[in-house]
Amino acid sequence: MLTKRIIPCLDVKGGRVVKGVRFLDHRDAGDPVALAAFYDREGADELVFYDITASVEERGIMLDVASRTAEQVFIPLTVGGGLRTVDDMQRMLKAGADKVSINTAAVENPRLIEEGAHAFGSQCIVLGLDAMRVPESSPRRWRVRVRTGHGGGQETTLDAVEWAAKAVDLGAGEIVVNSMDSDGTQGGYDLELNRAISEAVSVPVVASGGAGKLEHLYDVIHQGKADAVLAASIFHFGTYSIRQAKEYLAQRGVPVRPL
Amino acid sequence: MKAELDPASPLPASFKSLKVLVVDYESGNLRSVAKALEKAGVSPIISGDPKELALADAVILPGVGAGDSAMEALGRRGLVEPLRGFVASGRPFLGVCLGLQLLMESTEEGDAPCLGIIPGRVRRLPAGLKVPHMGWNLVELGGQHPVLKDVPNEAYFYFVHSYYVEPKEEQLTIGVTEYSLKFCSVLARDNILATQFHPEKSGYWGLKVYRNFVEHAALVAAGS
Repeated sequence: MLTKRIIPCLDVKGGRVVKGVRFLDHRDAGDPVALAAFYDREGADELVFYDITASVEERGIMLDVASRTAEQVFIPLTVGGGLRTVDDMQRMLKAGADKVSINTAAVENPRLIEEGAHAFGSQCIVLGLDAMRVPESSPRRWRVRVRTGHGGGQETTLDAVEWAAKAVDLGAGEIVVNSMDSDGTQGGYDLELNRAISEAVSVPVVASGGAGKLEHLYDVIHQGKADAVLAASIFHFGTYSIRQAKEYLAQRGVPVRPL
Repeated sequence: MKAELDPASPLPASFKSLKVLVVDYESGNLRSVAKALEKAGVSPIISGDPKELALADAVILPGVGAGDSAMEALGRRGLVEPLRGFVASGRPFLGVCLGLQLLMESTEEGDAPCLGIIPGRVRRLPAGLKVPHMGWNLVELGGQHPVLKDVPNEAYFYFVHSYYVEPKEEQLTIGVTEYSLKFCSVLARDNILATQFHPEKSGYWGLKVYRNFVEHAALVAAGS
């Protein structure tokens, strides 16, 4: 049976992990390659690097990070952030990423999804979708936000569920659904949002934003119909290990890859 | 269960001259495959040159993406006959993902014929499932092959695919995986071993597959 994936996400800026990680010794705490290797040993099913570097000049550093990671880590690696053209995607995939995640650039130019899928196959193209609830909407609706790497970002007129479906039609092979309402709260994923998108598309959905307890992972898989869960703080701060997360999910009957 | 550095432990110096070729036809994750081979102890040749292919001790046909455009790319590079010839020569051949599917006769993905080395066809995963089938899934091994040496009968590997193979001869399927239906995830015939999953993305046991392939290739090369 296909297992549910647990994916640690690392924010990288100028080649260093932002926020750092509390449970590694200080030499390695900011090195994305060392952290990737650590999470691989811990049993992570995939890894995501998100490049939050603001300046164009520093973007090249991420290629080097992806390349060095690919030499050491033999699980899938997704890289997102700052990829705006098919050439950007190609460089990142050649450097060693297995998938590229696009977000704002896809909203501004949906053909980028199509062109990327055509050039590299849908399985390489991940749509990163940042969504925020429309207050007092009934039935519940969410709007897509862009440029969320810088504060809360900007609202668009796109409906999140419709945008997800359109992106899949254009060739996206996976969708990372990030709730801007839940992100950073540690109060749990947006179950309704994940479920609405997962039921609307035929490709895997990765839930993001809000994990604080292991129960939250279970809830978004079970009720939110997510195929994978992405989390940052709970793993980076050592609140839980990947092993604990997997053992917890397995006990509750969720198929996971055993360690 | 794991000896930490086993698949990556040093190979005998004699392996250095082993020509392991990864077929370059602009289809996907060559770099990942090459890195896994380096970890397994050899420096692979990455090439789409039919002459180099003919001289190789062992060949890996990787691939992600669409089957019809892959066949077109192989055709453009004049690799179709050399690949058939290489497999027929009995030297070790490893197909990965699309590299498994291309061995068949035909694919639902397009009208172009595949390599036709293995009788059977490539089918799309049924409607109603999340496609691509993406993630770690269980492979149940029911047969043996030197390339699977020490791999447990039940192990998890990383899959990303929308199509699967249906070989005409059932006994060629030596590993199966369940995703609503049970499909062939490992196929073996003589010198051919091909996997629907990506060993280069499957952690320890994936690296073990590459290491086994390299060791097997060295043994075959030494014996010939």
